[in-house]
Amino acid sequence: MPDTAILESPTKTFEDQAAPATRVRTYWQSVGYRLRYDKGTLFFGAIVLAIVLSAIFAPWIAPFDPYKESIIGRLKPFGWRGHLLGTDELGRDMLSRLLYGGRVSLVMGIVPVIIAGCIGGMLGVIGGFTGGRINTAIMRTMDVFYAFPSVLLAVAISGAMGGGMTNGMMALTLVFIPPMCRVAETATTQVRSLDFIEAARASGAGTMTIIRHHVLGNVLAPVFIYASSLVSVSILLASGLSFLGLGVRPPTADWGLMLSTLRQSIYVVPIVCALPGVAIFITSICFNLVSDGLRQAMDVRL
Amino acid sequence: MSAALEAPLDPRDRGGAHQPMLIVRDLRKHFPVKGAGGRSVRAVDGVSFDVQKGETLGIVGESGCGKSTLARLLLHLIRPDTGELVFDGDQVDAPRGITVSALRRQVQMVFQDSYSSLNPRMPVRDSVAFGPYVQNHPKAESRRIASEMLSKVGLNPDQFGPRYPHELSGGQKQRVNIARALATGPRMVILDEPVSALDKSVEAQVLNLLRSLKRQFNLTYVFISHDLNVVRYISDRVLVMYLGRIVELGPVDAIFAEPRHPYTQALLQSQPSMDPARRIEEPPITGDPPNPIDPPEGCRFHTRCPFAEAVCMERSPELTGDAMHVAACHMHDAGSGHSRARSA
Repeated sequence: MPDTAILESPTKTFEDQAAPATRVRTYWQSVGYRLRYDKGTLFFGAIVLAIVLSAIFAPWIAPFDPYKESIIGRLKPFGWRGHLLGTDELGRDMLSRLLYGGRVSLVMGIVPVIIAGCIGGMLGVIGGFTGGRINTAIMRTMDVFYAFPSVLLAVAISGAMGGGMTNGMMALTLVFIPPMCRVAETATTQVRSLDFIEAARASGAGTMTIIRHHVLGNVLAPVFIYASSLVSVSILLASGLSFLGLGVRPPTADWGLMLSTLRQSIYVVPIVCALPGVAIFITSICFNLVSDGLRQAMDVRL
Repeated sequence: MSAALEAPLDPRDRGGAHQPMLIVRDLRKHFPVKGAGGRSVRAVDGVSFDVQKGETLGIVGESGCGKSTLARLLLHLIRPDTGELVFDGDQVDAPRGITVSALRRQVQMVFQDSYSSLNPRMPVRDSVAFGPYVQNHPKAESRRIASEMLSKVGLNPDQFGPRYPHELSGGQKQRVNIARALATGPRMVILDEPVSALDKSVEAQVLNLLRSLKRQFNLTYVFISHDLNVVRYISDRVLVMYLGRIVELGPVDAIFAEPRHPYTQALLQSQPSMDPARRIEEPPITGDPPNPIDPPEGCRFHTRCPFAEAVCMERSPELTGDAMHVAACHMHDAGSGHSRARSA
């Protein structure tokens, strides 16, 4: 970097130096730049993308109707009469059901995290920035939720509200708000004590302006990274809820529910019955690995 | 903004050339300490002084003597417990005076840590433009001011403006900080150890920059530092602080030529000499400053003062001396009862 030239004397202006062509990247450009050389993250990101796309385009790529039952074609192995991944206990095509089931699982995985990220993040930023009693009130309330294991809490809430997809998502959202809030609060507290906040205040900016311009940008990255790692937890919890009968209702295709109904047939066609579990496993592990890669790319020591 | 700042007398001036830019009266800030039984750190404990228009007032003292707290009090970044600030004849935050936000339009601050005083997620041009923007300049206008200010501090706005703080050196970051402080067109700038974290060579450049900007924008500086050489170079008057109080205040030449307070004398002697024949064998002052939670009774310096007598432990000395040069020491108060007392 051409540091020395401009520091010669204060009277010397910048016209005196030849401006070398240095490319200046914005933050997100530099994140993208680092990601581009992270082959592992790119690979798992591609898998995540494939899973998401196949879920979105399930109606077009599914070879069969996922709800079409067949008395004679029950629990058939791979490749039976064009059923690439076999059939389930009611003779429905497994591949089609897995593709459709991905829609529910991904929605249950992503939507609660986004909502919880907004609510928890907002609470955390408010608490962290104002500090004092408001912060104590918010964080102690969160601690109450923290006291329960997340699975237990999700089961308890959706059990109390009854099954169904909406209630399941609300339960998961409530489970994820406290950790999101904690992450946002920690990041905000760190930023709040830095001089540039004081400098902003010295130039006459109000609290909301400071939060909007100076706090959110610095809190966004840790919250986003944490949220991406929660997606896999959310998918697992959602599957767990469905497995326990607290999530979506049959005959809806959902990985957790499929695992639950197929488990009696595990000795008949073990590989077919394990498929929903494999789908859950691959999806959540890919989300986790992508989240790790994002953390490395975004968590730059600035 | 440019014409306004370059005029010899600012159109915002209200009190005239002889009205001090800032009058500080009996400013006090105690920070309560948790678990200390209701006791508090007396960071700034009854400080009064004036800052004249167009001067540079240097504030020196050991670390922990309350310099930075004082700086933040002057901008109302922390609220004083007691005491008053009068900016150009108007009392700050008082019913008939000026509001804190009005004060902040005319006073700005440069912080010591050039790294943490810039938002790491913001291009430096936006950091500079933020001040004008929140003071109701339109966005494009703020950007133009930011570019202008960056070039005033010697940074090419096209080259450095879009960069992030971590892409700049310490000296460049501090230049950006200065640009940020000046972007709102202040009349007075509080510089809290602006060069302490910089290399010696860069330090000199930034000091020269500060001097030329002061002339250019007709600024008044309050310059805080622990480095006596820096203070001597840049200041017109010097204020010496010890444990939250002023011990001596006077013109820079007088302070350095004939320091009156034993603490100032010790500070000056503690500077290493450039002459190898005049090595300092004995430390002129030993030990740490006393705990500001429990400052000593009487004169706060008596625990480390070679001339301390009974009166020093009993009574706190007032600032005495002539109109220009004052010191808070019983030795300079003829009626104090100190054996070395003489009228200043």
